[in-house]
Order: sequence, then structure tokens, then C-alpha cells
Amino acid sequence: MSAKELSQDSWQLYGKAFNSRLLVGTALYPSPQVMQDSIRASGTEIVTVSLRRQSPESGGGSSMWEFIKELGCAVLPNTAGCRTVKEAVTLAQMSREIFQTPWIKLEVVGDDYNLQPDPVATLKAAEQLIELGFEVFPYCTDDLVMCQYLRDAGCKVLMPWGAPIGTGRGLMNPYALQTIRERIPDIPLIVDAGIGKPSHAVQALELGYDGILLNTAIAKAVDPVLMASAFRSAIETGRQSYLAGSMPERQTAQPSTPTVGTPFWHQSK
Amino acid sequence: MITIHVNSEAKQIDNSSSIAEALTAWGYQSEKIALAINGEFVPRTEYNDHYFQAGDQVDVVAPIQGG
Repeated sequence: MSAKELSQDSWQLYGKAFNSRLLVGTALYPSPQVMQDSIRASGTEIVTVSLRRQSPESGGGSSMWEFIKELGCAVLPNTAGCRTVKEAVTLAQMSREIFQTPWIKLEVVGDDYNLQPDPVATLKAAEQLIELGFEVFPYCTDDLVMCQYLRDAGCKVLMPWGAPIGTGRGLMNPYALQTIRERIPDIPLIVDAGIGKPSHAVQALELGYDGILLNTAIAKAVDPVLMASAFRSAIETGRQSYLAGSMPERQTAQPSTPTVGTPFWHQSK
Repeated sequence: MITIHVNSEAKQIDNSSSIAEALTAWGYQSEKIALAINGEFVPRTEYNDHYFQAGDQVDVVAPIQGG
């Protein structure tokens, strides 16, 4: 694949084309400046944001939001912290009004220990939100059948987890993720949560995933800006590797150097 | 006067105040926030015509960073 073809390897999310396959969260950075520098270094075109209760003294919105707007990225609001269908739907409606986007990263937590998404509530909320005109990015587990239900409900992007949020453990179940990719080949799949290192991102892209959504892996790195740059390279590497197609694995060794004409062969026993 | 709860904090307001008037009195800039009453979203277009009821639980939210 030529450099020109690679530069045209864009993808679409609900009809909008993007070149970067990395979506980045805006939380947990040591400072607003580091957040801005990291997000720029990552090359992302989409950042995640949220809503929280605000006192009048704040003027309506934290100063961090002003820094986020300066980046000029598309915003993907989340429903982080919601535990019921009603909470998620209400917060999504509030997000749409403030952020002026039909996009919503749907998160409905079912268990506080590992912040595992509630599959039943996520599906019900997705159905209601789609009915209300939202374009839903559901955060879900790596359960194939659940992903199929979400797709059938009208989600045109799916975001199964690699591992629980903030753990940085990478792809805990590559088999399950690969199965989802094979069974749902026709819509974008994004690994959301659990990515800790650029090598995890490479692995996900090599499985055929279309993109990665992460936050903590960059924000909590020792050098967030450098790590953001590393993830940018990893995403490109993983995508190129997937497009190139890796060699078939073999159980036994096979010499790479030609054996014909090997010297001294007659001396061996 | 009636008592409502805004972000879990009790507030006394005149029961003839619209949402728009109450938000202004509390110091909110309505274009930067979104509002729900008793868990139900109230769009900005209804702020002038909607009135609080005693005991209402009001959530006022604004943008922050998120993952």
C-alpha cells in the first residue's frame, strides 16, 4: 500500500469521515496544558467529554471545558456514572443540548467493582436514544450476542471493552474480540477501555478493529505527551499491519535461508 | 415561597418564578448549562414557561472533561 493510499485510509462514524483512528479522553491529565499538548500529539480528531453538576460560582462549566474547545476536535459526550436507563437517557438529552451533537457514548454501569456495563440497561437505553434521534456509541463488554443485539437495535458503532476502565491490562480476551470482528464485519468496532500501552492498541488494530478509545493510558503516563505520540504511531502501525496481512503461523520451524547449496551438508550425519 | 433542591442543596424561591428567572437569580448562565427536574430533561426552550413545584429535585449540569 502506497503512502498516498495510506493517507486516504479514512473511516466513517455515523457518516462523518475521520483520518485518525484514535479517540482520546480529556480527563485525569496533570494540567490543562498537558491535556492540550497530549491530545494534539495523539493526532486524534475526536475527544470525549462529560457533564457534571455545577454551582453558579463556576459560571457554568469548568475552565477545562474552555481548553477542550480550543482543540477544535469533534466531541463525543459520555453518560459516565449513570446506573439506570432513565439516568442515561436524561443525561444524553442534556448533553445534546449543551454540546449540539447527536453523538452519545452510552455508558450504563452495572457493577461498581469493575465498572462493568449493564448489558440489559445498555440495550434498553440504546433503543430509547435511537428512537429520540441519537447516534449511539455503546460501551459494552466483549459479549458477541450482546453486540449483535446492540447492532440490531440500530447502533452503527460498537465499543466493546478490552479490559475494565482504567486498568491498563490490555485485551483480556482477544478471542472474544476477534469473534465479534468476524461476526460483525460491517460496522466500525472500537476497543474502548482497558488499553494501557501502545502495543495493546497495535494488537487491537491487527485484529481488525477500526479504532481505539482511551484516556488513562495517556493521561497517567509518566510523560503523557510522549505517550500520546507513541499511541499515534501504534495506531498507524497496527492498521498497516492489518491491511498488509500477517503471515500464517506455523507449529514447526522452517528455515528462511535457502537450503539448496548449503556447504558441508555431506559432512553431517 | 417554596423549597426545592438544586444539586441536592435546599433553596427557597418565589413560586411565581419561571425557570429562566430562577436560574438568573442563582447566577447561572443558561446557555452553558442543562437542566433536569425530578430526573426528567427540561429543554432550554421551556425555561420561560416552566415553573418549579415545591419539593422539586433539580439537577443543573455543565461540561467537564471526561473519558
